Amino acid sequence: MIVAKRKPFNEIKSLLKDYKKVLNVGCGTCVAVCLAGGEKEVAVLNAELDMARKLEDNPVEMGAITVERQCDREYLEALDSLVNGYDALLSMACGAGIQFLAERYPEKPVLPAVDTTFIGVNQGVGWYEERCRSCSSCVLGLTGGICPVTMCAKGLYNGPCGGTNKGNCEIDKNQPCAWYMIYERLKAQNRLDCILEITPPSDWQNQIPRTVIQPGYKKPEKV
Amino acid sequence: MEMKSGSNLEKVLTAGHFAFTGELGPPRGTDAGEVRKKAAHLKGMVDAVNITDNQTAVVRMSSWAASIIILQEGLEPNYQMVCRDRNRLAMQSDILGAYAHGIRNMLCLSGDHQKFGDHPQAKGVFDIDSMQLIGMVKCMRDEGKFLGGTEIGHPPKIFIGAAANPFADPFEWRVHRLAKKIKAGVDFIQTQCIYNMDKFREWIKQSNDMGLTEKVFILAGVTPMKSVGMAKYMKNNVPGMDVPDELIKRLQGVDKKMQADEGIKIACEQIEEFKELKGVAGVHLMAIEWEHKVPEIAERAKMLPRPVV
Repeated sequence: MIVAKRKPFNEIKSLLKDYKKVLNVGCGTCVAVCLAGGEKEVAVLNAELDMARKLEDNPVEMGAITVERQCDREYLEALDSLVNGYDALLSMACGAGIQFLAERYPEKPVLPAVDTTFIGVNQGVGWYEERCRSCSSCVLGLTGGICPVTMCAKGLYNGPCGGTNKGNCEIDKNQPCAWYMIYERLKAQNRLDCILEITPPSDWQNQIPRTVIQPGYKKPEKV
Repeated sequence: MEMKSGSNLEKVLTAGHFAFTGELGPPRGTDAGEVRKKAAHLKGMVDAVNITDNQTAVVRMSSWAASIIILQEGLEPNYQMVCRDRNRLAMQSDILGAYAHGIRNMLCLSGDHQKFGDHPQAKGVFDIDSMQLIGMVKCMRDEGKFLGGTEIGHPPKIFIGAAANPFADPFEWRVHRLAKKIKAGVDFIQTQCIYNMDKFREWIKQSNDMGLTEKVFILAGVTPMKSVGMAKYMKNNVPGMDVPDELIKRLQGVDKKMQADEGIKIACEQIEEFKELKGVAGVHLMAIEWEHKVPEIAERAKMLPRPVV
């Protein structure tokens, strides 16, 4: 899932300072699961903003709605009848959801309440870890299911570097060395031949905005 | 015999001499005089001088610029390049420029992570890694092509070096990593500073057994300890460094004023052993901020005079 964390409260407050009526739009998918921007977080943030603005003698009217997914057109429709009643929209979705919202209502200021952080896993309640940089050319088949692009601090395709420190990364002794883990896992699977060959330079397909059209589908001429 | 680059270092190694290289860290400023001063200590003492590239991720005078200064002083640079600060375009253009100015040796490195340096907020580039950098320089030299595939006018003929750390985990993989660098096209290797001689002997034996030392020149890395404090720092704070307790004890066993001398003595003993060790083609002396001691070390290690080839 996409993991986000709420922006510092003062930053959000500052983004909203010129608006009197704001609709806070939560997202019911990834950011709800990672406890950053679902229905509950929308309610909490609204209560905090409401109180803070009252104390500043500059009250704000905060509306609340959480849609299933802000990155999906069909769920945004529910907002069409609401947005005109507000000066601005605050989104608690990931960067993709926020942008899709802004695209749908180009005349409204759309402001982010979260910082989108990574594609990661749920290690425990409230505890998430990054696993993927969406590089568009997955090498996990060669690296024992451990991503060197994400998990190696230098993103080395042909590691480990000389900084491996008793199985940990040179940047932090609590950060496991990705290539040490790759080596250990492949060794246990008797698959070390996977990393005997040199991996050539990456094509870095993530340097321009990417589009995916699945086989059997095409982009409609008009949306 | 046809040379790959015709550099002094290549000639010394190819002729079968026991090579001796030094190291010079460029200044954190614009004073060329500082480079010349350090270079003066190294002149005639070593076959080539590594010019570090923003080592420990701290901004310094660019490696190619300091390399040109030492060329003017009559020394041969070994131009270090790390993958941390440049993408493939910048790397290749710097290689062309460096070669145009007479630089003939390169050391291809991943580079210390930017987190360690004076700009920890910097974006690490790592467009390609050290293995891929070796392959890129080889492609430029032998095929006369850029990584993108187009032809180079007057390709740069570079003697290609890389680093090896025989001590970092996983130890069993280190020799295979060396094999990969050879496959990528490396001509010579300079190792991490060696203190754990047993482990180094084991690594070089594995390299001999796999026939790797016949395909690449290995220069053993030596950094004399200046003090007990330095030895402890290296042991505890420098990732990938293996400093045995016996070495620290030996330094502790002499008077504080004599610790630096003892450090040099240990380094000289190591060099004496490397001269006899099958698979070792030379020594890379990294006398960190101790360039003025290089003549004494070279003398005491019986590395003088340097061969003229």
